[in-house]
Amino acid sequence: MAGMHRVYKGNAGSPYMTCKNCKEKPVFVQISNVPLCRQHFIRYFEKKVLYTIKKFSIINKNDKIVAALSGGKDSTTILYILNELSKKTRHFTLSALLIDEGIKNYRDKTKQDAIDFCKKNKISLEILSYKKDLGNTLDEMLKKVKQKPCSICGVFRRYLLNKGARNLHATKLATGHNLDDEAQSILMNQFRRNNETSARLGPITGILKDKQFIPRIKPLYLLTEKEVAIYAFLKQFPVTFTECPNAPQGYRGDVRIMLNQLESKYPGTKHSIVNTFLENLPYLKESCKTKSTLNYCKICKEPTSKEICQACVLLNEIKKKNV
Amino acid sequence: MVKVFIEKENKTVIAKGNTIKEILEKLNINPEEVLTVKNNELVTLETKISEKDSIKLLSVISGG
Repeated sequence: MAGMHRVYKGNAGSPYMTCKNCKEKPVFVQISNVPLCRQHFIRYFEKKVLYTIKKFSIINKNDKIVAALSGGKDSTTILYILNELSKKTRHFTLSALLIDEGIKNYRDKTKQDAIDFCKKNKISLEILSYKKDLGNTLDEMLKKVKQKPCSICGVFRRYLLNKGARNLHATKLATGHNLDDEAQSILMNQFRRNNETSARLGPITGILKDKQFIPRIKPLYLLTEKEVAIYAFLKQFPVTFTECPNAPQGYRGDVRIMLNQLESKYPGTKHSIVNTFLENLPYLKESCKTKSTLNYCKICKEPTSKEICQACVLLNEIKKKNV
Repeated sequence: MVKVFIEKENKTVIAKGNTIKEILEKLNINPEEVLTVKNNELVTLETKISEKDSIKLLSVISGG
């Protein structure tokens, strides 16, 4: 709960002079006021990922994990940690999948970072693109349909990630979603009275099970965006800390600013939102199960709750503008 | 007075303050949204700074 975290009283008379566990300079102070140096922050971060994986049973023995990779800090971090874990335990296999939306001056740069990272770490990488697989880049689509960029992009990205992961015979699709992403989604669904979408959230997604749907797992679920950025910085991953040029236009951007203001004033707010949500999620999933229906799209045969999936609805709209 | 590079805006500004926290307050930047780097090392908000230091504020928000 916000403001209810145990407060560390510091060492050597000052809470911020040295790391709680050693005499090194701190790089981060936890919400409970515990300062950590580089080495102890990395240890804390990796332990939290392992805790998340175990607590929510999101990876099982013999899983074939495909990690959604954008080349940004979140997905690169989770790919790196899962790769280390896979090499150490040999409990699951791992490969990466990148969706190239065709966003000029953004994805071309992060795509190259992703390719270099996979090459260096010997991780197999599959690339799908809006242009090749859907006919147009996102930039081209935006000239043809009057919708917000994130609304279109989200639909197609989920569509291609599920399809691509299934073609790679994945049992799970790992994404880089962090605690901030989840807290934002929870609030956005709340503000829009969208319980059914909320029921699909959580560290392992989905309401109904279907072999066409690849369950998504979020091993960074309990770590904040800032913590992930610190880890990526300390590990010197070849990532550019840039934001998608379309992102500020979205509703999410406003919710993010609001949440960061609250977090700054009332530390622990984001954790409280997510932890309260986790307590309610089983009830939410149960109540939405009866309302959810599963069909297969009449056009592309992909699973959908409607007769025609949203990706095909949008593709038809774009097609009409091509004529 | 210290020079501060704000990565998101790709610009350098001059700000007054004895700690990183004071600089962020002066620049009206939420600490949740930046990594604070002093002389190429990641530092916490309470870190003291002097005129000779090079300060960088890296955007935490990336991706999408």
